[in-house]
Amino acid sequence: MIANYYKKNKDGFIMRILFYIVITLFALLCLFPFLLMIASSFMNEKEIVSEGFKLIPNDITTSAYEFLFKNSKKLFSAYTVTIFITIVGTAFGLFFMSMAGYVLSRSDFKYRNVISFFIYFTTLFSGGLVPSYILMVSFLGLKDNVLAMILPSLMSAWSIFLMRNFMKSIPDSLYESAAIDGAGDFRIYWQIYMPLSTPSLATIGLFLALGYWNEWYNAMLYIQSQNKFPLQFFLQKIVSQANVQLLVQQGAVINNMDLPSESIKMATAVVAIGPIILLYPFVQKYFISGLTVGAVKG
Amino acid sequence: MTKIQTHFKSFSHELVRKRVLFLMLLPTIIFFIVFSYIPMPGAYVAFVDYNINKGIFGSNFIGLKNFEFLAKTGQLWTITKNTLLYNLAFLLVGNLTQIVLAIMLSEIKCKWFKKITQSVILLPYFISMVIVGYFAYNLFNYDFGFINSLLNSLGFESHQFYSDQGIWKYIIVAFKVWNGTGYGMIIYLATITGIGGDIYEAAALDGARATQRIRYITLPLLKPTAILLLLFGLGGILKGSFDLFYNIIGNNSLLYAQTDIIDTYVFRSLMGQFNFSLSAAVGFYQSLFGLFFVLTVNLIVKKIEPEYALF
Repeated sequence: MIANYYKKNKDGFIMRILFYIVITLFALLCLFPFLLMIASSFMNEKEIVSEGFKLIPNDITTSAYEFLFKNSKKLFSAYTVTIFITIVGTAFGLFFMSMAGYVLSRSDFKYRNVISFFIYFTTLFSGGLVPSYILMVSFLGLKDNVLAMILPSLMSAWSIFLMRNFMKSIPDSLYESAAIDGAGDFRIYWQIYMPLSTPSLATIGLFLALGYWNEWYNAMLYIQSQNKFPLQFFLQKIVSQANVQLLVQQGAVINNMDLPSESIKMATAVVAIGPIILLYPFVQKYFISGLTVGAVKG
Repeated sequence: MTKIQTHFKSFSHELVRKRVLFLMLLPTIIFFIVFSYIPMPGAYVAFVDYNINKGIFGSNFIGLKNFEFLAKTGQLWTITKNTLLYNLAFLLVGNLTQIVLAIMLSEIKCKWFKKITQSVILLPYFISMVIVGYFAYNLFNYDFGFINSLLNSLGFESHQFYSDQGIWKYIIVAFKVWNGTGYGMIIYLATITGIGGDIYEAAALDGARATQRIRYITLPLLKPTAILLLLFGLGGILKGSFDLFYNIIGNNSLLYAQTDIIDTYVFRSLMGQFNFSLSAAVGFYQSLFGLFFVLTVNLIVKKIEPEYALF
């Protein structure tokens, strides 16, 4: 729309050049940490120690990745945990929240406003970290349980309302004609509403999946055994304890001095964000549509 | 029949008639009861001397002692001040960057440039704060950090970032802006392109110049969105970005005076010192004042733009 306008007017030329430059610079600033990390992961350890991380190294080596590949067992296990919680959490979260959204969108459901408020109120006031912690540990017994990383972030009020608002826009006549044909409530939801709701399912599913992929907080609170560490928490342990030894299997003999630990740290992080970067071009449009739908009002 | 009985009867009637719908809602209701409503009365732990064997409601009631302690030592003031100031900085610097970039992008006609830069600027939003912690290490580490290696190559001394109290507030705000700009920019851009079309055409016919177009059309268009986003941001002003602070600062107590926020304090008292009651006291304080802020903001929004009020 605005673009058409330029054909008629050639003013603001210098201003637009300036805009191009500023936007390009900001975009480069957004990319910079990623580029630096990737470059660092390919650096020679000697060069890191003597000259520090660089954007353009003198020397390129894949020794950090070779080390990760050879000592892949623990990293692989962390990957498996993350993939598991991402798939299970996203699937159940989507299923439960879309059902809730469907019921709350049905205008013949008498208690929809009461229940909407019941859900909404949880965003206003919370008991805080301590009661939740006591609940998880003492009452639900979820200490060191994989479920501790899945359950707390299974549902969110925002996503349920997004789902509800989307399903509200599906014409009632569809529901009515299906009901006349004798379809039950669940069947109408599953066979009619779900296929029509793919855009909002995609958006919410991606938000859920991203949250689970980046999960580390609940792991830090509740998970103790290393074989249940998700990827991000594992990464955090490596950097906060300045210890790449975590990657090495017990019993393996490795000379500490020879380890390119700095480049290994960066290579581990690159391996962890790899899938996001690879999937990003395909999924970002769902995020953008989701952002603009639920932007101001939840 | 009393009123309650009629209500109950109509409810049980509905429950039977719409049992499938109720069943479909069941997981959601259980979820919010277990993870949100059951912990709410647990905030009572802030008023007791918590003893794990006696449980929350069996422990000795000590009233406001925990709050007195926090107020006396001045810790409550420090973390409240830090949380408020950081959130204000995030809101102001963040929204300003988002608005400026959204306006610039809206003026650009080259489609592929728009698409690519928009995607690149949104990318940081997808990255976990753990990785942001790695970026901070990558950039600011004393021995190997990029900034220090740059300083050295230019003939300057290395700088001890991790013991320099003054600098981290800028670094934290910079990372927050880096992380959130894409998200906000897209919302503002959608506002401009969503409502702007016809008005821009009309302005073009009237011979408005580019600078006039921005000054008299785009900025006024963005004003309601900006005010609303700022107001809702103010509603959440006591909620800290725990993952950002924890991953960048971690357990570096040298920097606490400048970088400790309510959420990191709550976490440390619980997981570091196992002081359940103290931690809960701060958490309760945060929830209560947070609620107060949201209600106030909602009241204000209702006055200016009733349509956008939350409730």
